[in-house]
Amino acid sequence: MSRRAFDVTRLPGFTTVAVVAFLLLYAPIVTLVIYSFNGGNSVNQWGGFSLKWYAIAAENEAVQGAAVRSLVIAVWASVIATTVATMAALGTTRRGRFKGQTLIYVLINQPLMVPEIVTAVALLIFFSSIKIATGYSGLGYLVLAHSAFCVPFAYLPIKARLEGMDDAMEVAAADLYATPWQTFRYVTLPLLTPGVIAGAMLAFVISLDDVIITEFVKSAGQDTLPTYMLGQLRRALTPEVNAISTALLALTVVILTLFFLITRKRDGTRD
Amino acid sequence: MTGRRSKAADGWLLSAPALLLLLIAASGPLLIVAVYSFLEKGDYSGVRWILSGDAWFGVLFKRDIFDGTVSLADANLSIFWRSARLSLATTFITFVLGLPTAWFIATRPAKVRAFWLFLITIPFWTNLLIRTFAIMEVIRNQGLLNTALINLGLISEPIQILYTDAAVLIGMAYVYLPLMVLPLFAAIDRFDFRLIEAGYDLYASRWQILRRIILPIIRPGIVAGCILVFVPSLGAYVTPRVLGGGKNMMIGNFIELQFGQGQNWPLGSALSMVLLIVVLLALLVYTRVSSKDDPHV
Repeated sequence: MSRRAFDVTRLPGFTTVAVVAFLLLYAPIVTLVIYSFNGGNSVNQWGGFSLKWYAIAAENEAVQGAAVRSLVIAVWASVIATTVATMAALGTTRRGRFKGQTLIYVLINQPLMVPEIVTAVALLIFFSSIKIATGYSGLGYLVLAHSAFCVPFAYLPIKARLEGMDDAMEVAAADLYATPWQTFRYVTLPLLTPGVIAGAMLAFVISLDDVIITEFVKSAGQDTLPTYMLGQLRRALTPEVNAISTALLALTVVILTLFFLITRKRDGTRD
Repeated sequence: MTGRRSKAADGWLLSAPALLLLLIAASGPLLIVAVYSFLEKGDYSGVRWILSGDAWFGVLFKRDIFDGTVSLADANLSIFWRSARLSLATTFITFVLGLPTAWFIATRPAKVRAFWLFLITIPFWTNLLIRTFAIMEVIRNQGLLNTALINLGLISEPIQILYTDAAVLIGMAYVYLPLMVLPLFAAIDRFDFRLIEAGYDLYASRWQILRRIILPIIRPGIVAGCILVFVPSLGAYVTPRVLGGGKNMMIGNFIELQFGQGQNWPLGSALSMVLLIVVLLALLVYTRVSSKDDPHV
């Protein structure tokens, strides 16, 4: 009884395991980041701090092409996915319950449930026959595929935001003879913006990170950064791939930090 | 009456673009896979439009080309067995590590809880390929782990971990750990800690508290975490390919093989369907369990 108050939430060993788990999670990532600054020519030997592998990666034309392609696809996919997801979220939350709503939920969340490899081969079969039939083999297929699997990631935060929003303002606008479009444009959309931005960011990160579907859908010479990195692995892991990984990781962390700041502000205003 | 009808019409109309996109680039192509699994294999790749059950037959059996005797396809079975074993082991390891981690985060003071949660979500959103590379750095022969063990004098020769089943298991447990922690955290976060106090008042031991109070109450979170880890593990493609090398394939790599070198699209399609069915069954079990236990879901 002389010790500090008995803490009911404490379970023996749990904190130790948790600390070990965090260390295990971060040690490999931190190692990768540190070794991307290795001045030596191999991944095995530390040759002093240097940015040379970043410079080499940045000058590599294959990397440049893949980076541009990754960004172009991610921007298009997140814009398309966010637009259709916003509309669907409005359709499924603002009008109360209706028949078939569950079916819409299932269809929208379908990419989350089907294993990615299965979607990938399905798209391979489907798009390869379209490629032969139409002769078109541009980036359109990748944009289409990425837009589709990004929909649930855009939809969920937007829907959450809509459900957390009081519809009193929209009702008031309608009472003041605003047309449905005016209500949406001047009332709903501004209130919804944080949700839309959050959804778009998640869609962007998901598109940027995709490996499997891109690997199966892409035509020759359409590598994105992740598929380029996977291709490089046929040889040994190079410090250049470490540098690209670290750059991509930094981009993800920046986007996620922004995402958290935006969603935190949302909670702040609501409470 | 008309009001409700227009609600439904509005709902469908607004959802239409999303549904159309998903139909073209997600759900629709799955139907093609289902159809392909019942067709005959083409000469090189692709299919011939002749109805056939060969692909489904070929999932489990093989027919001898000389005398036509039927036997179990050992190669396929060993891949299924490896996939099931590694996925279950991954689920188990992530649970053993994930439960204390989720507990730790959920019991932090409100101010720092968001920070610890953020630390879990960073690896969660980090590219799977990058995380797989990172763990490869650690376990390869000249990697962090072997170097450390040699420097400590525990071993004299590096242990070959990379390109073994153990490497795939370590890699999957590593990349899927956050998927276990997040639903467990959500469940523990809602847990009423007064129940533990009540348990102690009634002279329960710590072990009894864990087994009789905590685990049953957070069961929906446990089921969610296990499903969330098991499902992607079973369909894993990148991690076994990078860490398992060519030999230690899982179902995902085996499916890919049929569309590449194997040139057997119907078999690849049938295997995809099998994987899809197993995954959907797992999800069905999950919805059953969670809707029974938890009115919130």
